[in-house]
Amino acid sequence: MKRRELVRGLLAGGAFAALGGCATTGGAPASAKVVVVGGGYGGATAAKYVRLFSENSLDVVLIEPNRDFISCPISNLVVGGVRQMSEITSSYDGLRRRHGVRVVHDSVTAIDVQKKTVRLAGGAEIRYDKLVLSPGIDLMFGSVQGLQQAQADGRVLQAWKAGPETLALFKQIEAMRDGGVFALAIPEAPYRCPPGPYERASVVAAYLKKFKPRSKVLILDANQDVTSKGPLFKKAWADLYGGMLEYRGQHKAVAVDAKTLTVKFDVQDEVKADVLNVLPPMRAGALAVQTGLANANARWCQVHYQTFESTAAKDVHVLGDSIQVAPQMPKSGHMANSHAKVAAAAIVAELKGLEINARPMLTNTCYSFVSASEVVHVASVHEYVAAEKTFKPVAGSGGVSAARSEQEAIYAMAWARNIWADMLA
Amino acid sequence: MLKAPYRLPHTQLVAATLLLAWGTAFSQSAQSLQVRSLAATCANCHGTDGKALPGEAMARLAGMPKDHLVSQMRAFREGKRPATVMHQIAKGYSDEQIDAIAAYFASAK
Repeated sequence: MKRRELVRGLLAGGAFAALGGCATTGGAPASAKVVVVGGGYGGATAAKYVRLFSENSLDVVLIEPNRDFISCPISNLVVGGVRQMSEITSSYDGLRRRHGVRVVHDSVTAIDVQKKTVRLAGGAEIRYDKLVLSPGIDLMFGSVQGLQQAQADGRVLQAWKAGPETLALFKQIEAMRDGGVFALAIPEAPYRCPPGPYERASVVAAYLKKFKPRSKVLILDANQDVTSKGPLFKKAWADLYGGMLEYRGQHKAVAVDAKTLTVKFDVQDEVKADVLNVLPPMRAGALAVQTGLANANARWCQVHYQTFESTAAKDVHVLGDSIQVAPQMPKSGHMANSHAKVAAAAIVAELKGLEINARPMLTNTCYSFVSASEVVHVASVHEYVAAEKTFKPVAGSGGVSAARSEQEAIYAMAWARNIWADMLA
Repeated sequence: MLKAPYRLPHTQLVAATLLLAWGTAFSQSAQSLQVRSLAATCANCHGTDGKALPGEAMARLAGMPKDHLVSQMRAFREGKRPATVMHQIAKGYSDEQIDAIAAYFASAK
């Protein structure tokens, strides 16, 4: 390549690469004003919005091991065979090129909250002024005997973090005999994405109804009853999958037998399936636990809700599914995106010496497919109540769909593509 | 060090934009940041700074006249404009907040 072309290429491809080095060359800087760990709904949004809210004046490093972002929302449609992985996958290039976020594909092995450094698996150490930690959830395999091994052997999958397992679970369902049983075990709340398991059961039932109509879907729920959008799901199940889908509450899975694909419960009779999808209890991502930030029941991270700063460590802001939630705050991707904006504004205000917003707001809109073409939603608006130091739903706001509809399926996909752009583009 | 501008044709423009970025950074106030972050609660569905993806179902809010946005939010809130979800969301915002959001999007290009 001629020198002139090289220069032009650098300018076209992003002056940032020329100015500050580039993640694709493997470089992590020695320090950054803001370091974001985890490039999901919370972390990616935080990285972008610190840049936007600071008028691009604060340098941001985002550390994320995966090359591409794969969305959990909409991933049930891959499990149900109606969407491809490529349709739920997005690039981190927009954050690099349009917003000047330095994206480093590596894992964080340790955080020192005293020295204010993060250490990467690749060996580098980055000093931060502000750390944003959005580590997602960890599946507590130890809570269900035999599950860890069954998972490692590929016999009993979770697919609760979108990725290769998402497609692998669909392949298991696709290979199941007509007349087989797909059983989905749900842990006690709180867990990531309250309506997610019911959505999955619904779209799998839709697939089976079409291709293997003698099959059954069994929902084995540790909770007493459906934890989200209950009446809407139950109506869809009765109308669309009568005799095919069965819901059983108060079924807390305690063990699996990978050889016979049997799941055992604390009280109820065991269940044998052809495809077994067991979701164990969940907690904050391992890095948060290891750093001592999971100070609520040793599972979730307590935060000061006005800023999402950890109650355990100064200048560490924790977002998304890993936090101890405020009243009626779901562990959802949309909510993590909302957390990120409140945290980003607080971080920018603090680093610029501006007053921190006394009344931040959050929204949540969560769409669930009850079939390949029909959707229901739950929505809420939350305001920070200074006197109680927590977020509360605004009285009179929010609600669920009047009925399932194809119109909301159009909105659901538009929601997905817009929120992916809001995080990454 | 500022690392704001990208894809600029030559160094003079880089310098000019750096100066511009400094200017806006200095003029940033707590008030403008708060309004911007309030408006960002719409962006999850309606796009960053109200720039929803073209061809998708959600309305583009960027550049929408302020009075129109205020009247639509009120119509949602009062049940006068049919909606799937916006009547539930609109009830979460006060008149003052709707006013501030509408002014922000009206001035967004």
